[in-house]
Amino acid sequence: MASKTQIAFIAGTLFLLGVGLTLYKAFSLGFPLVPGEYREVWTIESKISFTPSKDQPVQVDLTLPEPLAGWVLLEEHFASSGFGFTVAEEASRRKARWTRQSMEDSTTLYYKLQAYQPSSAELADLPATLQEKPLLENDQATAMERLIGKLREQSADTDTFVALLVTEFNEESQDLDAQFLLGTFEESPEVVMLAVLAHAGIPAHEIRGIRLEDGRRRQTLSSLLEFHNGDRWVVIDPASANIGMPANFFVWQRGSDALLAVAGGSNSTLQFALVSNSLPAKAVIGMEQRAHEYALLDFSIYALPVEQQGVFKGLMLIPVAALVVVIMRLIVGLKTSGTFMPILIALAFLQTQLLTGLVLFITLVGVGLWIRSFLSHLNLLLVSRISAVIIVVIFMMATTAILSYKFGLDRALTVTFFPTIILSWTIERMSILWEEEGFREVFKQGGGSLVVAVLSYLVMTNRLVEHLTFNFPELTLSLLAIILLLGKYTGYRLSELYRFRDLDKQQ
Amino acid sequence: MIRLISPRRLKELGILGMNRRNVGFIGKYNPRRNYRLVDDKLLTKEAAIKNNIPVPELYAVIEAQHQIAAATEALSAHEAFVIKPVQGSGGKGILVIVGREGDQFRKSSGTLISAEEVRRHLSNTLAGLYSLGGRNDRAMVEAMIQFDPYLEKYSYEGVPDIRVIAFKGVPVMAMMRCATHASDGKANLHQGAVGVGIDIATGKSVRAVQHGHLVTTHPDTGASFDELQLPYWDRILDLGSRCVEMTGLGYLGVDIVLDKTRGPVLLELNARPGLAIQVANMAGLRHRLATAEKIAAETDDHNMKIALARQHFGVHA
Repeated sequence: MASKTQIAFIAGTLFLLGVGLTLYKAFSLGFPLVPGEYREVWTIESKISFTPSKDQPVQVDLTLPEPLAGWVLLEEHFASSGFGFTVAEEASRRKARWTRQSMEDSTTLYYKLQAYQPSSAELADLPATLQEKPLLENDQATAMERLIGKLREQSADTDTFVALLVTEFNEESQDLDAQFLLGTFEESPEVVMLAVLAHAGIPAHEIRGIRLEDGRRRQTLSSLLEFHNGDRWVVIDPASANIGMPANFFVWQRGSDALLAVAGGSNSTLQFALVSNSLPAKAVIGMEQRAHEYALLDFSIYALPVEQQGVFKGLMLIPVAALVVVIMRLIVGLKTSGTFMPILIALAFLQTQLLTGLVLFITLVGVGLWIRSFLSHLNLLLVSRISAVIIVVIFMMATTAILSYKFGLDRALTVTFFPTIILSWTIERMSILWEEEGFREVFKQGGGSLVVAVLSYLVMTNRLVEHLTFNFPELTLSLLAIILLLGKYTGYRLSELYRFRDLDKQQ
Repeated sequence: MIRLISPRRLKELGILGMNRRNVGFIGKYNPRRNYRLVDDKLLTKEAAIKNNIPVPELYAVIEAQHQIAAATEALSAHEAFVIKPVQGSGGKGILVIVGREGDQFRKSSGTLISAEEVRRHLSNTLAGLYSLGGRNDRAMVEAMIQFDPYLEKYSYEGVPDIRVIAFKGVPVMAMMRCATHASDGKANLHQGAVGVGIDIATGKSVRAVQHGHLVTTHPDTGASFDELQLPYWDRILDLGSRCVEMTGLGYLGVDIVLDKTRGPVLLELNARPGLAIQVANMAGLRHRLATAEKIAAETDDHNMKIALARQHFGVHA
């Protein structure tokens, strides 16, 4: 009895704590309990790395982004241990400046911001001023003239001229003059294109920004071209020649100037880690208003560095999956192979999508079982047999990835994310089960694991569950309380109502 | 539509569910530190010998891969033997050799296997293939039970064993498991072995169940279960309840076989005995366990407990 009251006390405290914190956040901080309208909020973490020169003062200047093209900047954080730090306004541009007298080891500086785009807006109009013409060698000038002449001939107006120019620089069979210019400029194609446009008398400049991909680390800056067609400014993607602002492009700066300037250092790089969160619109508005007090009040996952946020997004879903496993095992009485194998399988499904994941899992385990039964004929020791199975599984995954790529099934490529070890262990466990207990038991436990995994997957991908676990991580405490209480459940399992069904009739 | 039984009816019948067994009995009365004595069959054997409980004779223990060749060689001294993983669970990895045919070994099912296959079995056993949690294990070789001829007609290709559930030293419920052709010579009720409920008072059969249905005769040998009366019943009950004292585990499954010459012999102990015994007896454990608790509170005397159990749990009046 003592342990029962103890459990009840602990579980009660945890449950109330979780629910209490949730209610506090919901009512005092205005976090919505149900997912309403969502805003895609991007957290962009910029990482500046460089190697300092010996005995020289270090100064790092980073041009900060401006709210352009409808983007709204929410909050900014700077990390700069040991550096003097200022944000200065220079020629209507904000610049972050880190300074330090001297330093020895290569170092990394961080700038993190959160931004969202409520609606994409046109870029503001600018006066059309022609950019500076670069000085050319004689042969370069001739090539430039020939190229411009050829493009003029083929194009109808400025728009088609620029589109043709971009295609010319991207195509495999480049014009000889274009090739020559690329070769002698020793610059990125965008710079060469700008030079050509300057000589053709078309005002143009670069737009610097980031192509946003969720979960992407080490993303680098991208450039778009913007030119004036005599009437208005037009954006063109120099990689694809598509006209207009691409989707999911965060505009950092309009203009060709460098973003990063490092004095007293070398090998400087600027990289970005990106995470997108679906946040309730209400919360986003709140963040805008109290960007400062927010950090103090909130102890949600947003306080973490971006790279970890992505990990935690998935991690916070695991307790929910654990609850599903506990319920399915203790109350329903499904047999699963291993307690947490279903959760791991479900996590893998999150990456492959359900149907592809199921098909691949069943195929890989099936083939793996068949191969393992062959290996068992070779009379190998257990450890080397399992290792052999792991290697075979890796081969199978590589084959699947290559085949699916060849057939254009991108989805199947993600199978490489399937934890190899789990697959191998599943295969090993299932085959031992097969030998010892027969196919029925394999079907029972394997099927049970899959059913629980699919259920966990469905729960984990539920919008409300996603919303609650990410915005109210303290609810995990309440979840823990429920799991603790279930640990004391002594009632019948659903499966036992079936197992003992005949006991009644034959009494 | 799948037919189910209502939880209320199950409760009335006193059926013990898996959750209650785990929390209310195994978790409560079986201290973890005592599990070793049960999970390690060598320790069980040692303790049993110390307590004058008969066990099958131990021929050899193989601890490392390099001993396998020599050990297999040494086995030629014995016509019949049984290889078991020391820490096996659920009857996995038990190889029964009933005789020889030249260089080859005859399994209980009658098939012949080579010495090479015996060595492979030993190697797998040592690698932990059949053991709890896949840990490295040892293999033990012991004498094959020459089972009592009286029981011969009740089993097909295998030794019928008797499972007694003892709670706090009181024998609570018993059954005999008879291998059938359908169960592939294994005494596992899931796989189609016949479970025969045994009356605690008399050692006579109560009813026999295969695949959850009542049967009156063994499906392969045709022997009638109605006439079954286990010999040495007093000694079986005595052995069962003494094992509780020996292990310090309150809730224990005791597996016993009847040897032709030695009578009841302890085969193995189980700290997590299954619930199938309720199906074989067509009766629930919960009421009996409650009664057993009262008996244990009433008396500490070993014989008294058994006498009271026979009085309370008797079915054939």
